[in-house]
Amino acid sequence: MAEVNLREVVKDYGDLRVIHGVSCDIRDGEFLVIVGPSGCGKSTLLRMIAGLEQITGGEIAIGGRVVNELEPAARDIAMVFQNYALYPHMSVYDNMAYGLRIRGLPKAEIDTRVRRAAGILELGEELLRRKPRQLSGGQRQRVAMGRAIVRDPAVFLFDEPLSNLDAKLRVQMRLEIKKLQQNLGVTSIYVTHDQVEAMTLGHRLMVLNGGVVEQLGPPIALYERPATRFVAGFIGSPAMNFLTARIGADGTTVDLPGGDRLPLPDGDFAAHAGRPVTLGIRPEHLEPAAEGIGVAVAHLTVVVTEQLGADTLIHGHFGNDRSDLTVRLHGTVHAAAGDVLPLSVRPEHLHLFDPDSGRRLDPAA
Amino acid sequence: MVENRPWLTWLTHAVLVIGVLVVAFPIYVTFVASTHALFDLVQVPMPLWPGDKFVDNYLQALTAGLGEGSGTQAIGAARMLFNSLVMALGIAVGKIAISIIAAFAIVYFRFPFRMTAFWLIFITLMLPVEVRILPTYKVVADLGLLDTYAGLIVPLIASATATFMFRQVFLAIPDELTEAARIDGAGPMRFFFDIVLPLSRTNIAALFVILFIYGWNQYLWPLIITTDQSMLTIIIAIQRMLAVGDDQAEWQIVMATAMLAMLPPVVVVVTMQRLFVKGLTGTEK
Amino acid sequence: MEKRVVFNNRVLPYLLLTPQLAVTLVFFIWPAVQALKQSVLLEDPFGLSSQFVWFDNFIALAEDPLYLESLYITAFFSGAVALLALTSALYLAIQADRVIRGATLYKTMLIWPYAIAPAVAGILWLLLFNPTMGLLPYALGAMGYTWNHYTNGGQAQFLVILAAAWRQVSYNFIFFLAGLQAIPKSLIEAAAIDGAGPARRFWTVVFPLLAPTTFFLIVINIIYAFFDTFGVIHAITQGGPAGATNILVYKVFNDGFIGLDLGGSAAQSVVLMVIVIALTVIQFRYIERRVHY
Repeated sequence: MAEVNLREVVKDYGDLRVIHGVSCDIRDGEFLVIVGPSGCGKSTLLRMIAGLEQITGGEIAIGGRVVNELEPAARDIAMVFQNYALYPHMSVYDNMAYGLRIRGLPKAEIDTRVRRAAGILELGEELLRRKPRQLSGGQRQRVAMGRAIVRDPAVFLFDEPLSNLDAKLRVQMRLEIKKLQQNLGVTSIYVTHDQVEAMTLGHRLMVLNGGVVEQLGPPIALYERPATRFVAGFIGSPAMNFLTARIGADGTTVDLPGGDRLPLPDGDFAAHAGRPVTLGIRPEHLEPAAEGIGVAVAHLTVVVTEQLGADTLIHGHFGNDRSDLTVRLHGTVHAAAGDVLPLSVRPEHLHLFDPDSGRRLDPAA
Repeated sequence: MVENRPWLTWLTHAVLVIGVLVVAFPIYVTFVASTHALFDLVQVPMPLWPGDKFVDNYLQALTAGLGEGSGTQAIGAARMLFNSLVMALGIAVGKIAISIIAAFAIVYFRFPFRMTAFWLIFITLMLPVEVRILPTYKVVADLGLLDTYAGLIVPLIASATATFMFRQVFLAIPDELTEAARIDGAGPMRFFFDIVLPLSRTNIAALFVILFIYGWNQYLWPLIITTDQSMLTIIIAIQRMLAVGDDQAEWQIVMATAMLAMLPPVVVVVTMQRLFVKGLTGTEK
Repeated sequence: MEKRVVFNNRVLPYLLLTPQLAVTLVFFIWPAVQALKQSVLLEDPFGLSSQFVWFDNFIALAEDPLYLESLYITAFFSGAVALLALTSALYLAIQADRVIRGATLYKTMLIWPYAIAPAVAGILWLLLFNPTMGLLPYALGAMGYTWNHYTNGGQAQFLVILAAAWRQVSYNFIFFLAGLQAIPKSLIEAAAIDGAGPARRFWTVVFPLLAPTTFFLIVINIIYAFFDTFGVIHAITQGGPAGATNILVYKVFNDGFIGLDLGGSAAQSVVLMVIVIALTVIQFRYIERRVHY
């Protein structure tokens, strides 16, 4: 049990800076998920915490102790790798016991720990004797977690542990990891590029882009109030629609290129009056226009319809500049190519971003 | 094959059988020769079927194949087989041992002069014993290693080929295993013995087969550094037995010795065919 | 290619490299340097003093008809061994690739001569071709042809080529068979559907795909014929008769150890060194290319 503190952590590869001063305090028992596109530095950051990558600048502390110069084995962490990294020539039992043997634990103690972990993960006695190649993907995943559990570490590190599993197994293992973390209460840091894992697993979510933290907070807060256009586009599926717009002269509306005006939520936007903005609307926040709720955004010309059963995704053009727009509607809605749909959106579901910096625009306090 | 013509299948088998016979014929004749008395052997034409002197000839070959020379005692193939075995095992084990640790150093560490070491090892590929024969002989003589097992073995155990092969094998071991081992607390040597060595097992075995044969069949090197009869390898001994000047060579004994000299490497290749082919071509996982 | 993950240790890598490098320096690099040095020195007959003579030893070699003869014999010998061993191995491999039943048995029966030392191979063929008791001279004699490789240089060359190639057939066979088996059957079938007959399929599909293997084997076979056949020559002909089988490697041994001509032998060693370096470079160029396939 421990907290993990990152203070202005920097990583350079030669002249190339890949992590630009990341700071974050992870509380004892917290589950932090780090998400971002490939190449954003999320795995590098995790591997720096693990001690597999040198730290160029800043400090990493685990349980209050600065670990910058410590070997991975001395950091009291355990790691689950993307491809499991099980020793192919050792049995499942030996895979789990190996680290404990190196630490010189008594045989009986090792046996107790391995069996307890196997019990938690429902790995049967017969499975413990098998070699990794005789296991299914899901079983290998469990063994990799078992190897982490037996060490009884202060911190669990997960490096995209579910990305090699098929979709169905991924859902199941996702739930198991969440339950496991709840039950064991071990501080955990989890790297993924998967939306759903990012939203569902962690207490807090860190969105990393180009080695910079875009936003850090509870997943639902990131969904509701993305701090940047990048976070807005990255969190949520299908991705948020972005439109080029301008704040009305009186600061109470946002004007779309087609001439439509949407009322802004309550608050003082007077300071921004007249400036160009990027307007973000989530596909699920667009509704068929109905009396009394919001105002029609525009008339969407349907191009393609995807019926997913529960939902229907409609892709179409809208406005003078024929911007692309995706709408998520109830599964009962039918639309054919060429249909024109009037759509509306609630003012509180509008997101405004500075077109240059990508930062969120908020009303003056 | 795409065609289905029975006569073609027969032809194919016929060609292969002829091939096998051509390959085997010299061995068969050798065997026949090793089972006759010299008197029968020098008849023209020489007999085509095995004779009844199998036990006599092989016993003599094993115990006193190389007759008494000036000041030397008669010596048998048993001793030379043992010498060859020591040499072949020494070379195979030695080459594997020093190459595998060298490759481990080059792959798993970064250090000054790493590439220099790599190129020094590479250069040995271009320096077969034939091109540096006199100076190498002199080095071994100066070190007092003539007529010793160390002299037979040590100068031959540097191996670029084996080092490069192990380098390939190590490069194929996933980095995550190394990281997992580091997190488990394994240092470099522990990692080497617990992870790298077991994962290289089949490659080591395949290389062992190849190198055993290589060591057993050495010719020029043992020829120049052994003079003492009791240190001769079996291959050199055969040549000695034939080089008798004007005397009639004891062909039946020479051939029995040749059969004995062939037997160990042939047995190794035939029983470990899969490993042998893997070691040669580097295919099959 | 390099490892991303490495260990940190200042001393250990050097310790691990020490045995290999020690053997390399003492028994490879140092003697090679000595050979280079000696090749530009001339020693007096008693080995008491030596003087620097620039390239005199090499010039002497270039003007020595015996050496040029040996060079020519070596070229002929290597070419003949490579050609004979490659063509017969390829032919056998094609047949073996074709059979379904007994393929493993044929394979086993064809690869084991590789386990036999070149010198022993030489002795087996020497028995067969022994002018007084050999079976083949007897058969040839019956046809009115006299065989005596102790006096007939051409026959001696034929015999050492046969013995050297015989053993190498196995090696080539293994590689050709592996190469053939690596060709996807669907490719052959596609060619058959395109209407190509067996011969055409071989020359237009199979042979081009075997080209890398063939090229590799040509280099290996030449290296084999140059260096590893010393045993064959030493056991059968000792370079004779009248130098007809005196290949370069045998000559360098003979001049150095028997003739004790240090400078000349060293110059010959250096020439051989250049040949191996050239062959190794060709071989590695080719392997580099194979990696990019």
